[in-house]
Amino acid sequence: MARIAGSKDQAAFAELFRHFAPRVKAFLMKGGTEAQMAEECTQEVLATVWTKAHSFDPSRASVATWIFTIARNRKIDMVRRQRRPEPEELTWGPEQEPQAEDVMAMQQESARLKTALGTLPDKQRDLVEKAYFGDLSHSEIAETTGLPLGTIKSRIRLALERLRHDMR
Amino acid sequence: MTGMKQLKITHHLPYGLMMAYSAGNMPEAFNLTIATHIAMCDECRAQLGSMDAVGGALLEDVDTVQVSDESFEQTLARITAIEAEPQEPVAPLNSDVPSPLADYIGGSLKDVRWRSIGMGVKQAILETDGKATARLLYIPAGTSVPDHGHRGTELTLVLRGAFSDETDRFGPGDIEVANEDLNHTPVADISGDCICLAATDAPLKFNSLIPRLAQRFLRI
Repeated sequence: MARIAGSKDQAAFAELFRHFAPRVKAFLMKGGTEAQMAEECTQEVLATVWTKAHSFDPSRASVATWIFTIARNRKIDMVRRQRRPEPEELTWGPEQEPQAEDVMAMQQESARLKTALGTLPDKQRDLVEKAYFGDLSHSEIAETTGLPLGTIKSRIRLALERLRHDMR
Repeated sequence: MTGMKQLKITHHLPYGLMMAYSAGNMPEAFNLTIATHIAMCDECRAQLGSMDAVGGALLEDVDTVQVSDESFEQTLARITAIEAEPQEPVAPLNSDVPSPLADYIGGSLKDVRWRSIGMGVKQAILETDGKATARLLYIPAGTSVPDHGHRGTELTLVLRGAFSDETDRFGPGDIEVANEDLNHTPVADISGDCICLAATDAPLKFNSLIPRLAQRFLRI
């Protein structure tokens, strides 16, 4: 990802495309989008990854998480034809960048969360998938509590504090 | 907008609403209210980040689907098209409200066209999809919104001033979530006028006759 953002490395982008495009398309289709629309939406998502690469902050999200948010927003825009209000992006200025230890910690937390989701009891895992593939109302989602989100949240909070500090 | 990070926010977004926002399955009016709160609240911004991470983990784990043979070339063509578009200079909206809301009111609170709904209370309905309604409410200092209950979910985010009801006091940045179980009479603090952003997915249930008669004209 750093090679894409920093030096517009096309080979790195091709590699990222091979990994994520089939996942984004599958993710959209699991949420009920038909194949042709999912294909177009996937291309739009990956194109956005290239053009917005500079705004990706590896101290606050994994690449997969960042691509998930782009895919979600694209889907709302293209498939549901709805506007998606979003909090303004907080990005590092040209002078500053996230600290290496924060980036490393975020990678570890993301991997840990992925493992934790993999070991959830089937019933709870099912509920979480339903929440993200669009089948549950917010009151039904409230039943999915108990996901281990505390540590990754603390890491993001810390990264936000550093960013806020540098924005001053 | 500046100065927001010093807010002492004590009422945050509950888990279910936040995850539904992260998953992307909320009506636009709710998304607007939630996005505006998150813009004011780093605690909830971090919480949202953790829920987006769940989405990221699910994306990594999904059984893949083959993309079309021309997919990569077509994506490169899309990139070329995007990069050929004239880069609009992004004029940061100079506003007194967080940017998600500024986009909907076309600038600042002073640009809002208020309509009276009685007792000095004013509202302005914001344009969103039809599944829920978003409105700004202007409650003069010391004034109350008539006693009402809820058929669905009501989110109320304080932008200016403060109000109190039977449950607690809500200041700038605080968000109150009301549902079928809550009957309340919000009263603005005496020290200043209160401006809120509210989203509802069903009409309110007013407990006295006059507001009940008026409400179909007011879409409240």
